[in-house]
Amino acid sequence: MPKPRFASFGRFRRSHEFWLLIVILVLCASLGAANGQFLTMQNLFDLLTSYAFVGILALGLLVVLIAGGIDISFTATASVAQYVTLSVANAYGANWICVFAIAIGIGGALGALNAIFIRKLRIPSIIVSVATLNIFYGLLIFFTGGKYIYSLPDWFATGIFWFEFEWGKDTSYGVNLQILALGFSFLFTWLLLNRSNIGRQIYAMGGNTDAAQRLGFHVFGLNMLVYCYMGVMAGIASLVQAQLAQSVAPTVLVGKELDVVAAVVLGGASLMGGVGTVFGTFLGLALLAILQNGIILLGVSSYWSPFFVGLVILISVSATAWSQRERRPRSAQP
Amino acid sequence: MTNFLEMSGISKRFGGVHALRDVDLTLEVGEVHCLVGENGSGKSTLIKIISGVEAPEAGGRIIISGKEYPKLSPVYSTHCGIQVIYQDLSLFSNLTVVENIAMAHHLGGVHTVNWSSMRAVAVATMAKVGIEVDPETKVSELSIAGRQLVAICRALAADAKLLIMDEPTASLTRHEVNTLIKLVSDLKRSGICVVFVSHRLDEVLEIAERVTVLRDGAKVGTFAAAAIDSGKLSHLMTGKAFEYQKQVPDLAVGAVVLQVQGLGRDGDYDDVSLQLRAGEVVGLTGLLGSGRTELALSLFGMNPPDRGTMALDGHRIALNTNADAIRRGIAYVSEDRLTLGLILDQSITSNVTLTVLERLAGTFGLIGTRARQSHVARWVAELGIKVSDPNNAVKTLSGGNQQRIVLAKWMATNPRVLILDSPTVGVDIRAKDGIYEIIRRLAREGVAVLMISDEIPEVLYHSHRVLVMREGRLTADVMAADTSEDALRQAVNA
Repeated sequence: MPKPRFASFGRFRRSHEFWLLIVILVLCASLGAANGQFLTMQNLFDLLTSYAFVGILALGLLVVLIAGGIDISFTATASVAQYVTLSVANAYGANWICVFAIAIGIGGALGALNAIFIRKLRIPSIIVSVATLNIFYGLLIFFTGGKYIYSLPDWFATGIFWFEFEWGKDTSYGVNLQILALGFSFLFTWLLLNRSNIGRQIYAMGGNTDAAQRLGFHVFGLNMLVYCYMGVMAGIASLVQAQLAQSVAPTVLVGKELDVVAAVVLGGASLMGGVGTVFGTFLGLALLAILQNGIILLGVSSYWSPFFVGLVILISVSATAWSQRERRPRSAQP
Repeated sequence: MTNFLEMSGISKRFGGVHALRDVDLTLEVGEVHCLVGENGSGKSTLIKIISGVEAPEAGGRIIISGKEYPKLSPVYSTHCGIQVIYQDLSLFSNLTVVENIAMAHHLGGVHTVNWSSMRAVAVATMAKVGIEVDPETKVSELSIAGRQLVAICRALAADAKLLIMDEPTASLTRHEVNTLIKLVSDLKRSGICVVFVSHRLDEVLEIAERVTVLRDGAKVGTFAAAAIDSGKLSHLMTGKAFEYQKQVPDLAVGAVVLQVQGLGRDGDYDDVSLQLRAGEVVGLTGLLGSGRTELALSLFGMNPPDRGTMALDGHRIALNTNADAIRRGIAYVSEDRLTLGLILDQSITSNVTLTVLERLAGTFGLIGTRARQSHVARWVAELGIKVSDPNNAVKTLSGGNQQRIVLAKWMATNPRVLILDSPTVGVDIRAKDGIYEIIRRLAREGVAVLMISDEIPEVLYHSHRVLVMREGRLTADVMAADTSEDALRQAVNA
C-alpha cells in the first residue's frame, strides 16, 4: 500500500536535518538583515570556494563514520599527497589528470594502511589514526624540513574557471576548481551511499558488524574501501587547497581535523556508526561556514569562532539526544 | 511425507572436546521440530553445521532435498533455503524495515540499488506474515516482537524452506508468543519446515510435532510431541528428574516486612495493595504492559509512585531513588541482566563486590584485595557458581552462572526484600533448578521474595502466594496451593 507523501514529510520533520535546515534559514535571514554583504552571490561563491577543502574531507569522514570507524589522520594524508604531487609536477611536468591521479593514489595508499591496522589487527580506529597522523606528518616534516613550495606550474596556478557569467555590475562568476571538486564529491558520495549496494553494505556494517558478516558481506573489503575513500578524498582536497592558497605548506593543514569532524557531527552522523547522510553533511558544512563567516561579517573577533562552533555542536547534539529520549517508551527508561 | 533434510553420523570436535557425537537428524517438509537440550548439549553446534558455519568430521552425511553434500558452507546452505534466526536477530536497527527484509539484494558484485523492487519484496513478505507497520520505519523504533517478525520476513524473503529459530520466545510476552505460534503454523501449511530451539518446555510441546533431545553432544532420541510431557522432557535432557510440588508456606512465615497500600502511578498502575512477609516467596505475573515491572521498580525506588503508601517493618517509607531502597534492604534483580544487571567486560570479583563496596572498605576508605577475594570466594561457594578464575570477565560465564552472579551481588547486601524480575529467562533447566533452590533457601533465611515471571508454572510451583496484574490493577492474590495453572492463565489473559 503506497504511503501518502505527507507521511514521508512527517518523517523528515522529525529528522535532525529538518531542524538543521530551520536553524540555517533563521541564521541566514538574521545575518542577511544585519549585514548586506552576507546574502550576495559574491559571498556564496566565496564560501563554496573556501569551504571546499573542509567539505570534501567531511564527505570522506562521513563514509568512515557510517561504517562505524573514525579517522583523523586525513589532514596528514592530505599534506603528504599535496607535497609529493606538486613536487613531482614541478620536477617532471604534469597535467590535471596526472596530478589528481597521483594525489588520489597517495591518499588511497595511506588510507589502505589505516584499514589494514584497524581491521587485521583489530586496533580501535581512533588509536590507529592518531598514530598514523603523527607518523605521516612527522615523516613529511623530516624530509621537507617544513619548507613551503611557492612556485607552482602555471596551468595549476591559473586553475579552472568554467561557465563564466555576469551578475550585477561587471562582476563575473564561474565554476572554479574548488566548486567543481566539491560538487563532484557530493554527487559521487551520494551515489555511493544511496544508489550502490556497496554504500548500503557500509550502512549495514556500521549498524551491526556481526550481522553483516553472517549475511556474507566482506567486512575487511568494506573497511578497506572506506578508509581508502577517506584517503582519496584527502588527496583531492589537498590539491583543491593548494590551488586556492597558491602554495604548498606542509604545516598548515594538520590541525584542521576538528573543523571537519565538527561539520560531519553537526550534520547528524553518529560516532557509533550506521547513521549519517550526505544531505546532513551538506547542512553541517553550511552551518559551520555560515557561523564562521557570520562572525567575521558581524565584526566579532574571529577568536570567538571556535567558541560558537563548539556551542552549536553541543546544542545540536543535546537537542537530538533530547528528542530521542522523549520517543523512547517509558517502561524502557530505567 | 518427504524429508527436507537428512543428516547421519554427524560428529564435531573442538580441540579435545566432543561437541557432537554421531548425531542423526531428519526434518520433514512442513514440519515443526523442536531441538532441546541443556547449555553445552550441542544444539548450537548442530545448528552451525546445518547452516554451514561449521563443517562436521569426516563420515557424516548431509542430504538436502535428496541431494548429498559432503559439507555445507553458509552460501550453499542459504542457497538450499536454510535460514537461521539467531537469538540476537541479526537485524540492522539503523536501517528501515524494507531494507532489513530485502538485505539480500545488497549481496553480490557492485550494482545499483533498486529501491522499488526491494520495497515490493518487503511489502509482499510483510503481507504474508501479517505485520502492519510502515515499511519505512527504522527497526530501532520497533518492539522486540516486531523485530522478530522482521527477522522472520527477512528469512522468508530469502526463500526459506527451513527456518531455524534460536530461542525465539526468550524475550516475548505470552501474548506475543501466541502470535508467533500462529505464524509458525501458517508457515508450516505453506510447506516450510521450522526448527525451534527453546528452553521453555511448555512452548516446545505446544508448538512441535516432533522433539529431538540432545544431551552431552549425543542424541537421546526424537519423540512425538503428543507422547511426551515437560517432566519427561526435562528428565531426558538432564538425566535427572525435576518434580516440582507446590510450595506450602512454612508455618514459621514471619511478620509483614513490606506493606503497600493504595499505590498508584499515572499511566503505569493504580490502587495496588499488597504485603510481603518474611520467609515468603510471592509470585507476580501478568502480561507485558500490565504494570508489573513498573510496580516492581516503584518498590525499588526507581519509578516513584504518585499515590499511596509503603511501609517497611511497620514504618512508613518514601523511596525516591534506588539508593534509598538499597539502604533499607530492598534489592532488585532486573530482567535484562546483560545490560542492567552486570558489567559484562569486568571481572566476576568486581561485579560481585559492586553493591557492598562501602562495607568492604577499611582504613581511609580503601578496599583491600584480600577482603574482596574472601567476599567473592564466599558467595561463589555459597551459590555453587562454576568459576575457574574470579578475575575472568563475567561474559565468559554461561547464562545460568551469570544469573547467579547477579543474585550473589544482591544477596551480599543482606536484603530484607528481594525483587526478582524474570530470574530464569534464557537459562537452561538445570540452571533454573539451581536458581529455584537459591530462592527457597533465601526464603528459609527469612528474606521476603517477590518473583516476577511470565511463566505461569514458574510462579505456581515456586511461590507460596501468587499475585496477578492486569491493566495496571492487582486482580488476584491467592495461595499457590489453592489455585491451578488454568485458573491463573485465565486471570492473566481474561
